[in-house]
Amino acid sequence: MINIYEVIETNKMILEENLDVRTITMGVSLLDCADSSVAKTCDCIYEKLMRLAKDLVKTGDDIGREFGVPVVNKRISITPAAIVGSACCRRPADFVRIAKTLDRAAKRLGVNFIGGYSAVVSKGMTPADELLIRSIPEAMAATERVCSSVNVGSTKTGIDMDAVRLMGEIVKKTAELTRDRDSIGCAKLVVLCNAPDDNPFMAGAFHGVSEGDAVVNVGVSGPGVVNHVLANSCRGVGFEELCETIKRTAFKITRVGQLVAQEAAKRLGVPFGIIDLSLAPTPAVGDSVADILREIGLEHPGAPGTTAALALLNDQVKKGGVMASSYVGGLSGAFIPVSEDQGMIDAVNAGALTIEKLEAMTCVCSVGLDMIAVPGATSAAAISGIIADEAAIGMVNQKTTAVRVIPVAGKKVGDTVEFGGLLGHAPVMKVSKFSCEKMIARKGRIPAPIHSFKN
Amino acid sequence: MKKVIITVVGKDIVGIIAKTSMYLYKANINILDISQTVVQDYFNMMMIVDCSKTRKSFDRLGAELAKLGTEMGLRIRCQKSEIFEKMHRV
Repeated sequence: MINIYEVIETNKMILEENLDVRTITMGVSLLDCADSSVAKTCDCIYEKLMRLAKDLVKTGDDIGREFGVPVVNKRISITPAAIVGSACCRRPADFVRIAKTLDRAAKRLGVNFIGGYSAVVSKGMTPADELLIRSIPEAMAATERVCSSVNVGSTKTGIDMDAVRLMGEIVKKTAELTRDRDSIGCAKLVVLCNAPDDNPFMAGAFHGVSEGDAVVNVGVSGPGVVNHVLANSCRGVGFEELCETIKRTAFKITRVGQLVAQEAAKRLGVPFGIIDLSLAPTPAVGDSVADILREIGLEHPGAPGTTAALALLNDQVKKGGVMASSYVGGLSGAFIPVSEDQGMIDAVNAGALTIEKLEAMTCVCSVGLDMIAVPGATSAAAISGIIADEAAIGMVNQKTTAVRVIPVAGKKVGDTVEFGGLLGHAPVMKVSKFSCEKMIARKGRIPAPIHSFKN
Repeated sequence: MKKVIITVVGKDIVGIIAKTSMYLYKANINILDISQTVVQDYFNMMMIVDCSKTRKSFDRLGAELAKLGTEMGLRIRCQKSEIFEKMHRV
């Protein structure tokens, strides 16, 4: 029988420590919408999304009310649009029509983001992949809720450096086309390596071709809960107790996600896919991964020891989480976005955290360089270089890495950018002034690493 | 059985249990267990109730209990029991 102390503990997590279910993301396959006519493809996409996801938002809200835990976001991920539109799109503008259709469906359904305006080009680009990539700047400027991602490499295939070069230019152009809104288009665009097929978190969510027709994936959160537990019971204790405490807390957080995911799958009549057991911060005070790193014993994230602290945190979250759920997937780990985490912003402002240190941190956490504002004058080649570095880390370490940088048009180091809402605000960070142009100009791909040959 | 956990948090006053129980009685909801404690000067009460015989919807129950709480200067929350069972049991 449940006892009162357990009930009080759970409600304290929810009411005071920002425990929530960050997202219920419904993955929908649009492979059956591919047609030789753009209009017919768009009609089919709209009809299928409206049919499968019509109750998504209501279901999320109902579950949230009944269990007393907020389900913050309800979202949709789709089959990479480059595949869906490959038979009908002859120019970038055709793909933009698909983006607008997705945006219209998202608004009608009340979901705040729809992910999957994507291309998976880890070994090479088809003509449709390249058209989609070239359409991204206009699509991001013309839509509000559509998220885009491009997977440029994997451990199995190596890195498609032609796509990396192109993405540097595309990120810059996306920033330019949304310059009146602090280049917000780039906040909805992420470049990945080893992208998972079942990630529920934006901007990198898409419904991979290995998935079924529809699926429910859930992303849990709760950095505030971990932080509170460490502050209350782990100051000065040894690593064994510290790790054990994080693990137990991750277990509890993930169990809530598992419950919500199963319930949502049952009510929506769609199979349950995975739980993504990530610590996802928000700009809200106390909902910060940086605060956990401070609680472990750093003055600021970026101090010597940060990579070790983050490695420890990431590993304990996984160990606690896997026990709590029957299927774990997605990104699963600690997120370290800058603009979405007040503690990270403070660390940058204090001069403790640089892009180079963040890059080191991405070797041991779940994603990559995330929501980092850089000067608008940063060259396309420099952005490609940053993408190549991250992709190399992912490729060699057999993990997902990502780059979501925003070269904010007209802004320089020291300025602040305001994105609003969950996307937060960010100080513009310094990028190395030294050139990588000649390397980025080389054609072709970087071969897969030796340890990928497992057959 | 539809098990629901009702929690009451706030400053202790006369009649909290009486008023809450009266509401539950009128709604045909059976109380299975009651426990209470004081945490950081706040009165905390938990009721485990069975809602299988009530005709009220879960949303209505939650809203009416929250209103009753506000009238007494307390916070009353209604949650399905699974969230606690899942979180605290392996």
